[in-house]
Amino acid sequence: MKKYQKETRVIPGFGLSMGVTMTMLCLIVIIPLTSIFWNTMDLSFGEFIETITSKRVLSGYKVSLICAFSASLINAVMGVILAWVLVRYSFPGKRILDGLIELPFALPTAIAGIALTSLTVDGGWIGQIFAKAGIHIAYTKIGITLALVFVGEPFVVRSIQPVLESLDTQYEEAAEIMGAGKIYTFFRVIFPEILPALLTGFGLAFARCLGEYGSVIFIAGNKPYSTEIAPLLIMAQLQEYDYAQATAIAIVMLVISFFILFLMNMIQIRAGKRTR
Amino acid sequence: MKILLITVSVLYIGLLLVLPLIFVLIQAFGNGLQDYLANITDEYTVKAVELTLLATVTALLVNTIFGLFAAWAVTKFQFRGKKVVTTMIDLPLSISPVIAGLIFILTFGRSSPLFDYFNQMNLKIAYAVPGVLLVTVFVTFPFISREIIPVLLAQGKDEEEAAALMGAGGFEIFRKITFPHIKWAMLYGVVLCTARAMGEFGAVSVISGNLRGKTNTIPLHVQILYNEFKYAPAFAVSSVLVVMAIIILVVRSIVEYRWKK
Repeated sequence: MKKYQKETRVIPGFGLSMGVTMTMLCLIVIIPLTSIFWNTMDLSFGEFIETITSKRVLSGYKVSLICAFSASLINAVMGVILAWVLVRYSFPGKRILDGLIELPFALPTAIAGIALTSLTVDGGWIGQIFAKAGIHIAYTKIGITLALVFVGEPFVVRSIQPVLESLDTQYEEAAEIMGAGKIYTFFRVIFPEILPALLTGFGLAFARCLGEYGSVIFIAGNKPYSTEIAPLLIMAQLQEYDYAQATAIAIVMLVISFFILFLMNMIQIRAGKRTR
Repeated sequence: MKILLITVSVLYIGLLLVLPLIFVLIQAFGNGLQDYLANITDEYTVKAVELTLLATVTALLVNTIFGLFAAWAVTKFQFRGKKVVTTMIDLPLSISPVIAGLIFILTFGRSSPLFDYFNQMNLKIAYAVPGVLLVTVFVTFPFISREIIPVLLAQGKDEEEAAALMGAGGFEIFRKITFPHIKWAMLYGVVLCTARAMGEFGAVSVISGNLRGKTNTIPLHVQILYNEFKYAPAFAVSSVLVVMAIIILVVRSIVEYRWKK
């Protein structure tokens, strides 16, 4: 550390750029974020625990966690397939497919929400097919999961793609020459290489899905104890101007997402330089 | 195997992503062109479009300025706590939009010690336009810096150091040496920032108070119409954002293509 301080800075602009960066960071991120901590102090510890362990809040966390986890799992599997297809095969329309991957980032979530809802209600284009089989999508947990699958779709694909691209094919060839089957080769040779990227993508998607609001509220139906997600509970408390309770629910969510962030950092450190 | 996997991929993307897109466009024109035009030129829609544009432009300006300064500070100098600073910059990415809205309500709303201060200056932030602009800046805060920083890290700082030793000023170094390296990365960040800023829903929904014609952005306006069962107008207004999304995807592909070349 001391070495840095003695070293004179050759490039100009340290004071200015640090000044602007720190000022903006403080005004826009740090000061607003600290507000969440002095607001929970309005609640006593007992009240805080009571709020976050009330039946309705617990079921909100449960719905959010289960649906976000299932959606991310689906996207993990499909993400590997999509990345594989985009990197290893060439076919007409490949560039379009590649460009479409990012659609959930470009399309506002609320729009995705109303479109998916209208498609999957019992009378909708997709919904009527499933309704015959007695499966209801909109206004159930399946609907919430579907919306989250939409939102989290790009993360896994985009994490794995660069790793697959830079993967040397000689190991696969060696495995195949030695008589390993295609599927065996994939799981024993390629899969371990993309696993860190897969976990990172999964973590990003999971974190995003946990906090997702816009696409979910339309399709969820928002029935307490069954299809009410945690972000909606925060919203509900805010509409009653109960800031302290809203903040308490938010703190638990923040802790969960920081925990995921922490886990992902650990994975990346363990994977070393392999994934940039 | 190849055919199977390609079919699965195309079907997945087609059903999950493309079908909703087409659905919005079909529903938007469900009652004919005349009706569509009436819906998207409605007074409240136009107001919503204006606010969305204002919010997007604000987010772009603030975050580009921040992105450039932050990238310069983080990549060209060594200082203590750098890791903390970069983590802080990326923080808005891992915060739920609803919580993003919440923290600004807490900071500037009635319960905040700052409230009286701003009130005396006759400045309303929560449940008003400044609040909408602030949360939009917040949710897109790291979008541009995080595209520029990896490029500058990969480029190193030898060129800048050489230029500085030969007597070039800071701005000249930036303009002639640094900027050509980062222009595509910056543009890529601008595209992503635009997409997120114009479509942000959760955070804006918390802070706007849904005042029609005043603090409504396009996505919020869509929500109101949809909840009032005005489906055709809701989808007509949505189609504006769908078209924007398609433009963004195309521009993104072009920028990526030119950048990697």
